[in-house]
Amino acid sequence: MRLPTEPLSDLSQDLPKEAVIDMAKRIDVGGLTAYYGSHKAIEDISMTVEPRSVTAFIGPSGCGKSTFLRTLNRMHEVTPGGRVEGKVMLDGEDLYASAVDPVNVRRTIGMVFQRPNPFPTMSIFDNVAAGLRLNGNYKKAELADVVEKSLRGANLWNEVKDRLNKPGSGLSGGQQQRLCIARAIAVEPQVLLMDEPCSALDPISTLAIEDLIGELKERFTIVIVTHNMQQAARVSDRTAFFNLSAVGQPGRLIEIDDTERIFSNPSVQATEDYISGRFG
Amino acid sequence: MSHAINTKQPASTLQGARLPKWAPYVIAAGSVAAGCGIGLAGGLDSRIQWGLIAAILFVAVTYLLAAKIEGGRQAKDRIATSVVWVAFLLAVIPLVSLIWETVARGIKVLDTYFLTTSMGVLADTDVGGGIYHALIGTLEQVGLATLMAVPVGLLTAIYLVEYGRGKLAKAVTFFVDVMTGIPSIVAGLFILSFWILILGQGYSGFAGAMALAILMMPVVVRSTEEMLKLVPNELREASLALGVPKWRTILKVVLPTSIGGITTGVMLAVARIAGETAPVLLLVWGNPLINTNPFEGPQASLPLYIYQQYANSAGSPAAYDRAWAAALTLIILIMVLNLVARGIARWKAPKTGR
Repeated sequence: MRLPTEPLSDLSQDLPKEAVIDMAKRIDVGGLTAYYGSHKAIEDISMTVEPRSVTAFIGPSGCGKSTFLRTLNRMHEVTPGGRVEGKVMLDGEDLYASAVDPVNVRRTIGMVFQRPNPFPTMSIFDNVAAGLRLNGNYKKAELADVVEKSLRGANLWNEVKDRLNKPGSGLSGGQQQRLCIARAIAVEPQVLLMDEPCSALDPISTLAIEDLIGELKERFTIVIVTHNMQQAARVSDRTAFFNLSAVGQPGRLIEIDDTERIFSNPSVQATEDYISGRFG
Repeated sequence: MSHAINTKQPASTLQGARLPKWAPYVIAAGSVAAGCGIGLAGGLDSRIQWGLIAAILFVAVTYLLAAKIEGGRQAKDRIATSVVWVAFLLAVIPLVSLIWETVARGIKVLDTYFLTTSMGVLADTDVGGGIYHALIGTLEQVGLATLMAVPVGLLTAIYLVEYGRGKLAKAVTFFVDVMTGIPSIVAGLFILSFWILILGQGYSGFAGAMALAILMMPVVVRSTEEMLKLVPNELREASLALGVPKWRTILKVVLPTSIGGITTGVMLAVARIAGETAPVLLLVWGNPLINTNPFEGPQASLPLYIYQQYANSAGSPAAYDRAWAAALTLIILIMVLNLVARGIARWKAPKTGR
């Protein structure tokens, strides 16, 4: 393993230009409705997520942001009773077509969760290597390189390079979350979904992750759910506002537009009310 | 005692009269002394009565003193604490006396000769002999039962927690619950009618192991199920989101995370079946000679040996000594297994250190 000379290293510098461009993919969602059992959680959502950009989902609690995010890599159906109607196209390929294996979908579209969830039985190294190891398709010699690249990609390498064999659960919350991001990018997904990745973190760790998102969007398509509107304004290129008409009603997409426009001059009154705090 | 107790009403609302810290110990010592005194004076033969008198005195005196000095609420607190202590002692006394008795009586003939010799052609009333044959029988029968019950139990628990939805899972849960309550003699009779009477097989260690496996399985399922439920869903989701198939997630993430608890559960089940006598009596039959083959011919086992030494010896002291020594061996065996399991659990448990 080579020692770092520069503090940060970008994975894209090591790769040919074409490969970098190929990594990110566009998502087209059409008429998507998701259920938990008989309960309709979100209804008729259509949007486009641009490649190599950050799209933020904002909206009040329970409006279906997270549910919608989880439908994008078929994690929604992991929940008992979870099912989906409508289409999610990844560069023209329907993720919900009958021949599609959800396992392959999740290898292509990675996910980072609200609470940092490193595997407690594994060391830092093993956590990052987990995706490759558990999928079985890796070369032993490459593993160390992939781990280092991913940890550098997640801005964590310098903090953990001397204790790669220590358990991942011994890191601080912010470090753990970056470890989870490293774990997610180690399998080289094309899209990265982030479900409130900073909600359990302090401002400094949040800043570290936001900087990281800015770097990662060069290579990945990123979708982030956040309750923090300043965060959405800081990190995202496009913002989608979700809302629900009443408690128990399904959540809907109110509008999606360039972040600047959403925060300065949204086309729907409800969006402006929510953003300016005049909601409810 | 009175100099230590502040009976004056203090000015502060936060302060109140308190019994001194040593009060419970003094009351306990006083109660024990009073219990013994009453017992001696009343000519009560049973030490248990002495103890109960002391316990009741302890609770009552604590309550009265606290009510007088500290007030009603603290008195209730004290009575709860003292009842808990009395209950704890009542629970511990039989356990300690059991171990004490077993060690004191079992140590007499427990030596390497005892552990490495069978009864052979010795009569049950003779001096000498040992438990080698029974030790082999117990290890083989329990080992076989574990080999049969643990995979089935583990897979059942995995099905229930990770896959089971709807009626089938409910039915499985129900039958596991029912199986937990099966008396060991019933499991023995089931194998006896099925394996020996219907299929015409002979008595063997394996027949006993099957009955023990029936007893062990529900315990393994229950404990494993509880341990798997403790694994946070987030870990499963994290693994699935990496594109890891469900079966590998279970094998590489869920099971390693809970392996410590599962091992403990399996060991408890092993401890439970290692002491079973009834199915062994019915199916393994007992054999004073060494039979290392569990699939053919009668074997012995430690619980059965203990029973037979007691029942067939017409009160011979030599047989009683052997029975106690065998009991001590069984306790030590299970204790060692437990320690090993705890070691494995600690070694495998999720690490939190930095």
